[in-house]
Amino acid sequence: MTPSKQSNFSRRSFLKTSALASGGMLIGFNLFNACKSDAKVPVDISQLNFNDFNAFIKISNEGKVTIFSINPEIGQGVKTSMPMIIAEELDVPWDDVYVQQAPLDTKNFNNQIAGGSQSIRQNWEPLRQTGATAKQMLVNAAAARWGVSAKECTAKQGVITNSKGDKLGYGDVVLEAAAMEVPENVTLKDPKDFTIIGKGTSNVDIDGIITGKPLFGLDYKEEGMLYASVLRPPAFGQVLESFDATAAKAIPGVIDVITIGEKARNFLSKGYVSWTATLSGTDKVVVIAKTTWDAIKGKKAIKAVWKDESPLESTEFHNKTLLDLLDGTSFKTMRSDGDIDKAFAEADEVLERTYESSFLPHNTMEPMNFFANVSADKIHLVGPTQTPEEVAKSVAVLLDRNVDDIYVEMTRMGGGFGRRLYSDFALEAAEISNIIMKPVKMVSTREDDMTTGVYRPATKYRIKASIKNGEISGYQLKEAAVGGNMYGLIPNFFPAAAISNYQVDVANYNSNITTGAWRAPYTNFLANAEQSFFDELAELMGVDRVQLHLDLLEKAKQNLDPKIEYSPERLQGVIKLATEKANWGHAKEGVYQGFSVYYCHNSHVAEVADIVMNNGLPEVKKVTVAVDCGVVVNPLGAKNQVAGGVIDGIGHALYGELTFNNGIPQSNNFDTYQLIRMGQTPQVDIHFVDSDIAPTGLGEPTLPPVGAAVANAIYKATGQRLTKQPYINHIKVEKILS
Amino acid sequence: MPTFNLKINNKAYTVEAEMDTPLLWVLRDHLNLVGTKFGCGIGQCGACTVHVEGNAMRSCLIQVSQSEGMNITTIEGLSEEGDHPVQQAWKEVDVPQCGYCQSGQIMTASAFLNKNSNPSETEIRNAMHGNICRCASYNSIEKAVKVAADKIK
Repeated sequence: MTPSKQSNFSRRSFLKTSALASGGMLIGFNLFNACKSDAKVPVDISQLNFNDFNAFIKISNEGKVTIFSINPEIGQGVKTSMPMIIAEELDVPWDDVYVQQAPLDTKNFNNQIAGGSQSIRQNWEPLRQTGATAKQMLVNAAAARWGVSAKECTAKQGVITNSKGDKLGYGDVVLEAAAMEVPENVTLKDPKDFTIIGKGTSNVDIDGIITGKPLFGLDYKEEGMLYASVLRPPAFGQVLESFDATAAKAIPGVIDVITIGEKARNFLSKGYVSWTATLSGTDKVVVIAKTTWDAIKGKKAIKAVWKDESPLESTEFHNKTLLDLLDGTSFKTMRSDGDIDKAFAEADEVLERTYESSFLPHNTMEPMNFFANVSADKIHLVGPTQTPEEVAKSVAVLLDRNVDDIYVEMTRMGGGFGRRLYSDFALEAAEISNIIMKPVKMVSTREDDMTTGVYRPATKYRIKASIKNGEISGYQLKEAAVGGNMYGLIPNFFPAAAISNYQVDVANYNSNITTGAWRAPYTNFLANAEQSFFDELAELMGVDRVQLHLDLLEKAKQNLDPKIEYSPERLQGVIKLATEKANWGHAKEGVYQGFSVYYCHNSHVAEVADIVMNNGLPEVKKVTVAVDCGVVVNPLGAKNQVAGGVIDGIGHALYGELTFNNGIPQSNNFDTYQLIRMGQTPQVDIHFVDSDIAPTGLGEPTLPPVGAAVANAIYKATGQRLTKQPYINHIKVEKILS
Repeated sequence: MPTFNLKINNKAYTVEAEMDTPLLWVLRDHLNLVGTKFGCGIGQCGACTVHVEGNAMRSCLIQVSQSEGMNITTIEGLSEEGDHPVQQAWKEVDVPQCGYCQSGQIMTASAFLNKNSNPSETEIRNAMHGNICRCASYNSIEKAVKVAADKIK
């Protein structure tokens, strides 16, 4: 980010205005990375339809500002932070801003998505431009009224002032401003002049949340809406053979029992439609009822017979299969530098370790649900989705309808963590409504949610490093995963470029268990494996593990490989900040520290975990985190993301496990699946690197490194190296040194 | 279908429901009080916490037939203006991430502080241990309970 720079974007193509019939100005901005070039803005004010835009600024004659938030809100805080960026450049008091969630516009825009910690990073520049352009137009309007040059006018906090000291509020000139030419070049603020960005700002939905207002998908209702509970196969690999709905139909409140699946099979027969369409083509039994409870009760009363269609897999089988893959030769090489075989052949010493992880369900607090109202002329969909555009596209194919007839509204989401990237639940709701031709809400129970998920794949890594003359001469990472392998950028993360002989190989087992993105996909366990490995490697080399990283990063600086994703300087920066703040190397008696550093999702993070041993078990007391995510847009929201990511990471590293027996998930609710709770939670001490570099995301990057920080601290306390998650299953109580 | 007379947030309601219907679903589907959330249905997560005679209870485990005659308070009735000290503290600390579990957290915290307005750190952590926050906003929850306790004192 360059302060105060003149922009070269073609403003006309992405920013249009129109006066509001009710008074005020509306600015629609098409995020240029997200919109089609033929995006149209209505000129006829009477035809003004909020669905025609990706996002808006709306200014009333009183100077109040409505900012439409375009991206889905899953708890990552974008509904607050993205409008803050517009408000900053527009220069209005935040108290005068009202934020409203925009619906999906499938016609003009492509990028209304919450995933990969990208919302802020990709929209930073366009959001600033939008605010600054609107401000310039308001200034131009005031200048025209005064008959002075716009250069003699300044705007601040919603008020325009000229050189004589005359003042006009934004609301006073808003109608004239709407008729102004859209300026080609606008000046962005110098970050030192920011008054909203960088200031802790409460979640815009806070009042609704603390008073229990209907914000979430599960809260959405319409007149005449029915509820649907779906009975899906209990085991991956099974399909419906027959069912008896007599008892279910006898329950008062149960209206009908139907099956879905035909449309889904037809959908699947059409080949690729969307990466989010994780639906299965099996028949499912659906109970339609007047209330949620009636639907749930009705589903329990269905007597279904299932038959095996493909092999029913168990955890033992997955473990053996993945270890066989690691031992085998069926790898695909994702990156290869130098000559790894030669490095190992010439090594003084070689270290090799295998790291193992489990499937994980997402367990969003709000179970999967979606509202659908399919009628002859249109389809209305409402609910919690991270990918509204994919939902619309997929439903259009599923029901053989025109995507223009589909209207998708996004509710606030009771968590996402990747699960709501997928659209199986929305497609089910649409297929159900299409049969009954009534408004219906599909509601999953917790058991449905946990046992019919799109899981974090069970993954194993084998890491091997060679040491020659006191240096790491070679590093080989092998991955064996169920369902899919690490994405293409990951092999260019640290330690790529820091070690001259470097290779990443992947192998895959294609299971009938559905897998997909889970908060920080792949790196969520990879960072645990690599950063545990480096701890052991440093010990073998007899060097300080923090210094080892600083030295490796010095080497990476010399390597001008353009593919490298991380910044060695910024990683060194967070390492220094975290170790200084954690008082690394000077822990109090009885406190054991573990270190970890990682780059992913465009942000750089270092963490130090402080643990104590309590009755033979580790208790994580504190985690010190240093984050370099560039400009911190909303420190309050940012701290929430960092603390949440760290504690979530500890919880899943210590306790997270979903096993399978003959295709059936062995946990189905929170009595058999352990999520971290307050009593197990450390204090998270958060430090941001002071920066004016354009911001990057925070929803994911603090999660991956923390498991290793904890494992490395446990090693210091117990002498035991933990390589298998969940760690709690493998901590040997008798190994305690103290 | 049987009818039940319920006293919720100081208002009288008559609902028609099957005897075994959990109070949770009566609140959400019959009475449109959707601030009480469905999380697990087995009393493990605390998202559905309400006050029954001032005690924090899981509304998913209470049948409507057991609820008659009881004074029930939901998040919607915790305060007139959303300004209960616990709600104020939640706002000051900016606790929520996704926010889904927070009405249950607030109901647990408010019932707890009603009985112990000067809690220790351990007492707070024990009192809140039954409520899961999947976004792991636990540090903020802990801080907000302390802030609320200071307001109540």
